Amino acid sequence: MNASEERMIEMQGYKLHVIETNKYKTNTIVWRMKAPLTKEDVTKRALLPQVLQSSSAKYPATTKLRAHLDELYGATLFVDLAKKGEYHIISFLIEIANEKFLSDPAPLLKKGFELLAEILTKPNVSGSSFDKETIEKEKRTLKQRIQSVYDDKMRYSNARLIEEMCKGEPYALQVNGDLEDVDAITAENLYDYYKKAFLEDEMDLYVVGDVKEEDVRKAASELLQFENRTPKQAPEQEVQKRSEVNEVKEHQDVKQGKLNIGYRTNIKYGDPDYFTLQVFNGIFGGFSHSKLFINVREKASLAYYAASRLESHKGLMMVMSGIDNKNYDQAVGIIHEQMEAMKKGDFTDEELTQTKAVIRNQILETLDTSRGLLEILYHNVVAQTDIKIDDWLTEMGKVTRDQIVQTANKIDLDTIYFLTGSEAGE
Amino acid sequence: MEQITFDQLKEELFHEKMANGLEVYILPKKGFNKTYATFTTKYGSVDNTFVPLGKNEFVKVPDGIAHFLEHKLFEKEDGDVFQQFSKQGASANAFTSFTRTAYLFSSTADVEKNLETLIDFVQSPYFSEKTVEKEKGIIGQEITMYDDNPDWRLYFGLIQNLYQNHPVRIDIAGTIESISHITKDWLYECYNTFYHPSNMLLFIVGPVDPEKIMNQVRNNQAAKDYKDMPEIKRKFEDEPQAAAEKKQVMQMNVQTPKCLVGIKALHVDQTGREMLKNELTMNVLLDLLFGKSSDYYYELYNDGLVDDSFSYDYTQEQGFGFAMVGGDTNNPDQLSERIQKILIAAKSKGTFTDEQLERAKKKKIGAFLRAINSPEYIANQFTRYAFNEMDLFDVVPTLEGITIKDVESLAEEVIAEERFSVCQIVPKK
Repeated sequence: MNASEERMIEMQGYKLHVIETNKYKTNTIVWRMKAPLTKEDVTKRALLPQVLQSSSAKYPATTKLRAHLDELYGATLFVDLAKKGEYHIISFLIEIANEKFLSDPAPLLKKGFELLAEILTKPNVSGSSFDKETIEKEKRTLKQRIQSVYDDKMRYSNARLIEEMCKGEPYALQVNGDLEDVDAITAENLYDYYKKAFLEDEMDLYVVGDVKEEDVRKAASELLQFENRTPKQAPEQEVQKRSEVNEVKEHQDVKQGKLNIGYRTNIKYGDPDYFTLQVFNGIFGGFSHSKLFINVREKASLAYYAASRLESHKGLMMVMSGIDNKNYDQAVGIIHEQMEAMKKGDFTDEELTQTKAVIRNQILETLDTSRGLLEILYHNVVAQTDIKIDDWLTEMGKVTRDQIVQTANKIDLDTIYFLTGSEAGE
Repeated sequence: MEQITFDQLKEELFHEKMANGLEVYILPKKGFNKTYATFTTKYGSVDNTFVPLGKNEFVKVPDGIAHFLEHKLFEKEDGDVFQQFSKQGASANAFTSFTRTAYLFSSTADVEKNLETLIDFVQSPYFSEKTVEKEKGIIGQEITMYDDNPDWRLYFGLIQNLYQNHPVRIDIAGTIESISHITKDWLYECYNTFYHPSNMLLFIVGPVDPEKIMNQVRNNQAAKDYKDMPEIKRKFEDEPQAAAEKKQVMQMNVQTPKCLVGIKALHVDQTGREMLKNELTMNVLLDLLFGKSSDYYYELYNDGLVDDSFSYDYTQEQGFGFAMVGGDTNNPDQLSERIQKILIAAKSKGTFTDEQLERAKKKKIGAFLRAINSPEYIANQFTRYAFNEMDLFDVVPTLEGITIKDVESLAEEVIAEERFSVCQIVPKK
């Protein structure tokens, strides 16, 4: 196994992480900015990266920037937002060809860094304001992006579950912010927020590819320098266990009902029983050999998909399935039975070994893509831990049946959300 | 075993045709953990009228049967093959497209065992009435899921506008009604006709020893008794060149309208280098017109007609093909009009400069490098190319050879109002 070597270097205002590998034909540069999730900032943070990438001092029009990217052998640039625990994370990703595989030997990596620095540090600004026209266009696009969740019922029902389950907690906020807060953003107040974010956010630069640490460090320190800072910590959320399960049904014109169930695992990345929780999730619903798939789909023929997944930094587990409106009670019943079975230790040794093998495989496969590798490494930034991938694999391998049963009994059912097309689910 | 080296890409490919006709390719990827293998038959949703093996008459099978068969092949008398794979630490899957059905696994250990499982399960069908009935509930939910998905409805709606007779207009999974007619006998008939090794391709990519793996496949195939098979007879009705319908508007439970403009392709009888060149030239043309660095895209974005869901794509297979352009929009009528105008304008000479073309080609070459980081891309695309007698590794040299004249003459020929169609989804009133 080739556990990837991540080297970390303290830079001015951010951490540089370099992973040298010759697996890929391209090099990947990722810039990440993390701040506590708040109602006040989330919509601005959703708009900010879009504004930065669409208009910079050197490339005021998107067309010019995009032509430059094409020129660099179709380098890709995109921005991304994520919620991890109580944090909101902005990412800028650049993937650029390694000229070793091109007939044109002109070096490209440095150009990628220059581009990133241009976008992050030299926006299109006049006085103390972003370009007004850009802001208006990007606000319009952001509104459409927020609205589009409604049109994808799988995403919509998942977002609604979180909203209902985490009401009053920052985690209930949507990753793209609130529609009602978009209009209040101006070219001036967003520019103020931009300065604030680059002063206060926890920032990390990842570089993966056939690169030399020394070259990367040199390019980074030349082009990217910020004030040093102490990253802000999100306040701990105290969650009370519900005395009664929160059951929410919503009616819409849909053919298939969407069933989403949320649990509080009370276990987060970095906790000693986190690896046990992973194995638990694998036996319960993570894979096509898991209890949910076998019992909801294969045995009862109720669904095409029935699965569970973890939100590692928030301590949640979500079950999702698409079912006929009339089968609500039966499906919920089967899912509860599977959870009860887990709590009683009603699973075979074979299920346990099988699940460990599949999780191990999944982690190793994830390491084969540069973005997957970065996702795994970034857990340590969010959770302020230093867990090596090798430790992860070893610890998971040691998980016992008793530990799984103990972990299962820590998990609390919180909210059942059902998006239904008819009254049949009542 | 034949060995092919690609110097510029620093890749090597190993190939052998088995005695029973199965094509096997191995591409070693050093430094990767994962091995990815696909076992694909040249049989998809469009192959719905054919002469079954051992018979003389054409039959027409129920819509959605290729996809149904894909689901059912995983089930055996002693259980589910998914279980077998996960015991061996692998993750398995399958998909059905218009023209192919692929079975696959990926794993980071026990590669040989998993490969054996893959080949053997695909080559030993077990269908029973009971399990066929049970699957109808599951696939029924898969169909309903797609029914609620506006992007899928938009895409299929447009294909149905473009094609009048060709089975590409039939949804890959069929309908709840059509799958109700599927029986185990139908499944065996399709299986026996299309799953002969001579109609299939096995691709393995990962940190493997090609000698050893090829030897394993050779032994596995030699132990099975396959008789030579006559050429498969498929039938497709004649299809006019013009689009079947000009426009279709569907009402759905959405907030933002969607609009897609399609062009029905020409030259859908091509194969090999000719097809590769046509396909890539069409892709370059669309990039020049609608790529993010194009003036047209900039105008559409500035005018508030498109957002970041805007996209374009070209598909070409034996007997059908289409280009599609569009996305979410607040003004679907204006967007479809503007896209059609842009297309028509592209017919006049001098629309594109050499500089623009060179840039578009560079972009495509870079995208190809990025794509071949992915074992999934290599295996799936190589197979698709091979079934059309093209070579995936010809992409870069073919791109390099495209000239302004190629782009202009393709635009002149393929863009015609009679082959346009529009599909829109608007919120329910």
